[in-house]
Amino acid sequence: MNARQGFIGQSTERREDGRFLTGKGQYTDDISLQGQTYAWFLRSPYAHARITKLDTAAAAKADGVLGIFTGEDFKAVGGLPCGWLINSLDGSPMKEPKHPVLADGKVRYVGDRVAMVVAETLEQAKAAGALIEVDYEELTAVVDTAKAYNAAATGEPVHVEAPDNRCYIWGIGDKDGTDAAFKTAAHVTTLSFRNNRLIPNAMEPRCANASYDSNADSYTLYVSNQNPHVERLLMCAFVLGIPEHKMRVVAPDVGGGFGSKIYLYGEETAMVYASKTIRRPIKWTCDRSEAFLSDAHGRDHVSTAKLALDKDGRFLALRADTTANIGAYLSTFASCVPTILHATLLAGQYKTPKIYCEVTAVFTNTAPVDAYRGAGRPEATYLVERIVETAAHELGIDPAEIRRRNFITEFPYASPVGLTYDIGDYDATMRRAIELADVAGFPARRAASEAKGLKRGLGYSAYIEACGIAPSSVAGALGARAGLFEAGEVRVHPTGKVTIFTGSHSHGQGHETTFAQVVADKLGVPMDDISIEHGDTGKVLFGMGTYGSRSLAVGGTAIVKAVDKIIAKGKKIAAHLMEAADSDVIYEGGEFKVAGTDKKVPFASVALTAYVPHNFPHDKLEPGLNENAFYDPSNFTYPAGSYICEVEIDPATGKTRIERMTACDDFGNIVNPMIVDGQVHGGLAQGIGQAMMEHGVYDTETGQLLTGSYMDYAMPRADDLPSFTVETAKGTPCTHNPLGVKGCGEAGAIGSPPAVINAICHALGIKDMPMPATPFAVWTAARSASTAAR
Amino acid sequence: MSIRLTLQVNGKSVARDCEPQTLLVDFIREDLRLTGTHVGCDTAQCGACTVHLNGRAVKSCSMLAVQAQGAQLTTIEGLAAADGTLHPMQAAFKACHGLQCGFCTPGMVMSAVDLVQQHGCDFSPAGETQVREALEGNICRCTGYHNIVKAVQQGAAAMKN
Repeated sequence: MNARQGFIGQSTERREDGRFLTGKGQYTDDISLQGQTYAWFLRSPYAHARITKLDTAAAAKADGVLGIFTGEDFKAVGGLPCGWLINSLDGSPMKEPKHPVLADGKVRYVGDRVAMVVAETLEQAKAAGALIEVDYEELTAVVDTAKAYNAAATGEPVHVEAPDNRCYIWGIGDKDGTDAAFKTAAHVTTLSFRNNRLIPNAMEPRCANASYDSNADSYTLYVSNQNPHVERLLMCAFVLGIPEHKMRVVAPDVGGGFGSKIYLYGEETAMVYASKTIRRPIKWTCDRSEAFLSDAHGRDHVSTAKLALDKDGRFLALRADTTANIGAYLSTFASCVPTILHATLLAGQYKTPKIYCEVTAVFTNTAPVDAYRGAGRPEATYLVERIVETAAHELGIDPAEIRRRNFITEFPYASPVGLTYDIGDYDATMRRAIELADVAGFPARRAASEAKGLKRGLGYSAYIEACGIAPSSVAGALGARAGLFEAGEVRVHPTGKVTIFTGSHSHGQGHETTFAQVVADKLGVPMDDISIEHGDTGKVLFGMGTYGSRSLAVGGTAIVKAVDKIIAKGKKIAAHLMEAADSDVIYEGGEFKVAGTDKKVPFASVALTAYVPHNFPHDKLEPGLNENAFYDPSNFTYPAGSYICEVEIDPATGKTRIERMTACDDFGNIVNPMIVDGQVHGGLAQGIGQAMMEHGVYDTETGQLLTGSYMDYAMPRADDLPSFTVETAKGTPCTHNPLGVKGCGEAGAIGSPPAVINAICHALGIKDMPMPATPFAVWTAARSASTAAR
Repeated sequence: MSIRLTLQVNGKSVARDCEPQTLLVDFIREDLRLTGTHVGCDTAQCGACTVHLNGRAVKSCSMLAVQAQGAQLTTIEGLAAADGTLHPMQAAFKACHGLQCGFCTPGMVMSAVDLVQQHGCDFSPAGETQVREALEGNICRCTGYHNIVKAVQQGAAAMKN
């Protein structure tokens, strides 16, 4: 371990901001290529229908049209793959019907891709699209999550491969032990939940620009994506059969992802395929209306849960049953979200000895559902933290106290649902959150609200998440079809300047700053001497990308390991230059030194010697100073924290104001506190959005998306939210990565929804409030609560 | 039938032929290749396309290019000084970490500058609610607005100095 240089832990201003603030960012739609053409997709107006006629002849003759592609063109290629195999309780593999690039004779959700028109201009492509003749035989739409597997009621299944619309029925934990524990319980709390469907809404809509170079027989795809190497691997190896070395995927500046840009989508796949026929670059930029219909959505779980407690409020067992809507097709990681990323988190921060969870995933005639910020962990946290708080109120125990009685306090802790938490201090974040939220002052504030005829409530949430996904061996045993390591490369130039290549991808997280801080700290060179490259398979050796709050914990560690190799080699070069033994050389402050002497040689001189190796230990080393590393973690990381929400409700209108939103998180070590706080802020906004505003709603009869624009889908705006009180605890550094970091990207979205709903329930004295707690829902609940009180 | 459009863009005279149905935002992005102005929705809700037309903030997705005939148009590319010094509002967004992915940022900054120049908001911490209400026309998905509000307050103070 080399001495720290003070870059880690500083709120360094972001290096990427200059270009974003001056309009110089390069998002995919900003890139136009020589000979650019434009694609437009004809989408299904029906949720479930057979295509009985598809005639493109008239459209093909329209002005400017260069090509029209339909499902027929893709019959010979693969479907879009799902990256995680889940086996049902009976041992059978999940039903995995083909996810075609373009519809294969049937459409399965409103917005399903029917045809792609490529033309000289977007206007011409759209005009030609209107000339495509399609006849549909409409079928009954399967929409409702809870009723989807009642095939008799829903008519023709979404896929013939899944006659009852069930993709899998999966379970985890000790069923018999859980049942037995319930028989000994002094108290059982029961709740049903709907974890509302969310539509991710990264502000930059999806976009792609695909081209084919006939001289090199190779493809280039610019795409708004979170993991370009995974995109390339999936598209090449599983769908189109393009050799990987003939394909370059570039994800330039990306305007937010939140999960929705992890996946391989049919649009860019069709465009890459077509680019070889058209022989000119093809660009497509999603309209927002199209994005609502066709981006992978998030959440959409229906669950019931039971918590068994002893007379002192100690948890004995938890039983959860979840039906997860995965939409019309299996998106890239859809299958693992309600299982591996949800049920394994049901222990939360508590030493509940017995847990059993069953998950049924159902196909419906709705957009595919996949990971969205938090991905399974918000659903688990909502279930646990709602039922714990409800149990506390039922037993008359303070909600903080019931949690304290059940906190895991000894680590490592092997949970009954498959995870081993390496470290944490849940009481510390809870205590600090209680101070920050001034819980002591709550009774007085409540009295003041009541004097005005208003209701005031306080809600807690103590979340845990599993981040830094994860050891490949464990993931593989659980069904992952990909590795989950990360790759990094450190290229030291002859002048001692450094370029870092990382397989992580930044789409708002600020890697160009934080990764440079880490490297500057380790190498003791100025940040200005370090640049960070990411998002281009033509530059970066490999990568698994950014999701699951993994960038720093996994990608950052890969870089650290490569830096360690640079220093190790540098020591040998320096030893040669200083005529010292390798083992006597230390590295600190950007200089190689012979321990105990005043002999030293700066980093840049060693770099120069590596590339101008006139005086060089050729017998022991190769010239050059360039190292890469692949890092596969030995465990997940386990960020955790306590959130407290305080609301004031006007029962006459249902208007709910968040008066205080307090978050105290333990992310282990922190590289850039300003960026970490910003990540929590954003997560809180999305979590509060889920709790109070956002809801993706389909018409249950027709399967039409009713919330298909910003006028129907309530995106949180500045005046919907308060300022937040956010603090990162001194924390318990992760024990198994050298930076001691855990990940912070999703915490806010995971921890906040139950805190908000707990606060609303507390204010109104009610047991449950379905999300989103809109003014109408709150008003209705307040009315029935006051009627019941009378 | 195209129309000859003459206007001042970021202080320079520009003349282009333009179709009558072309939206101002498409003219800015495609014809002028000023790609800092973004399109985040198709219902005039998100504000990513906000520019200044004759000194007032407008959503450029909601106007035809020909309506800018003879106008003074300022986009995000024209906000910083000629020597590259950031406008005080841009500097405040950087200092306060008021941006993450950067996609809504140009529109957010253009709206914020207009807010300071045109509206009598209370930009002190006590006026937070006013600032939040005034930013209602710009959607950000990354920041939770916490640091945007701080940036607007700090940028407003800097603009008045």
